[in-house]
Amino acid sequence: MSSVTALNGATSNGIINVADAGLMGMITLRGDLASAGMAKAVKAATGSPMPAMRQITTGKSGAAAWMSSDELLLMVDYADADAVVAKISKSLGAAHHLAVNVSDARAVFNLPGDQIRDVLAKGSPADMSNDAFPIGEVRRTRIGQLAVAFWFTDAQNAKLVCFRSVGGHIMRWLENASEIGSEVGFH
Amino acid sequence: MLSLTCPNCGITADETDLHCDGQAHITRHGAGSNDDDLETYLFMRNNPKGVHFERWRHVYGCGKWFHAARCTMTLEVFGTYSAQTFEPPKALINKIKKKRPEFEGFVK
Repeated sequence: MSSVTALNGATSNGIINVADAGLMGMITLRGDLASAGMAKAVKAATGSPMPAMRQITTGKSGAAAWMSSDELLLMVDYADADAVVAKISKSLGAAHHLAVNVSDARAVFNLPGDQIRDVLAKGSPADMSNDAFPIGEVRRTRIGQLAVAFWFTDAQNAKLVCFRSVGGHIMRWLENASEIGSEVGFH
Repeated sequence: MLSLTCPNCGITADETDLHCDGQAHITRHGAGSNDDDLETYLFMRNNPKGVHFERWRHVYGCGKWFHAARCTMTLEVFGTYSAQTFEPPKALINKIKKKRPEFEGFVK
């Protein structure tokens, strides 16, 4: 059976567009982020350097996002995720760590538009100003009452990740928050 | 509205991104302790009008615990600090004493 995303290709067009980002390989990697072994494993998996606090770094074969002081989210090709986990586990060996493929446990959205900050601010208490939340930073917060993480890939594009089980709700929320006529014009 | 800066990720988070877990620095008497100690651990909390030291968790953010010193009457936040400590940092105590001359200092 082939894999499908939680949103199954859903899209909506409003003051920002909301689209299912499709299948994305996601790996939760926990351990001592300051160790050389961890940096090497991240580099080998994604081609990107170890992200500093709250940062997301991108490389040839993926991206690494700082989730907390001992946790990263690695993003790779969906088909490669299991192989990358195996490679990380081998490379880290006996060092205390956790690497697990969480690709199918999440829903991922692409949010293209020029009012992304205003739309997300409708449901999140995070400071959405450019100074507090610049491009290259990941913010973990909530939308409504659901945990999400989002980041800007450039000024006009953001990605948002939430748990798969609430993907449908977040889709409806984003659809509603980006309804035409609901422009805020703050950010 | 209450905002606290998480010392683990540097985000100044809204109260609704956080979860408060009560008084910090209490001694958790467990199995084998006497009844008085256990009672103290389970039920006896300081509740002064003013400065409190609390445990908070950045639950929707980095998920880590930290400590905060704040005034429960005015919501003034004096500071936040690492959870990996048995008592508030000296500098923070001094800062609070300066602002609140009547503050008696940290009481465990």
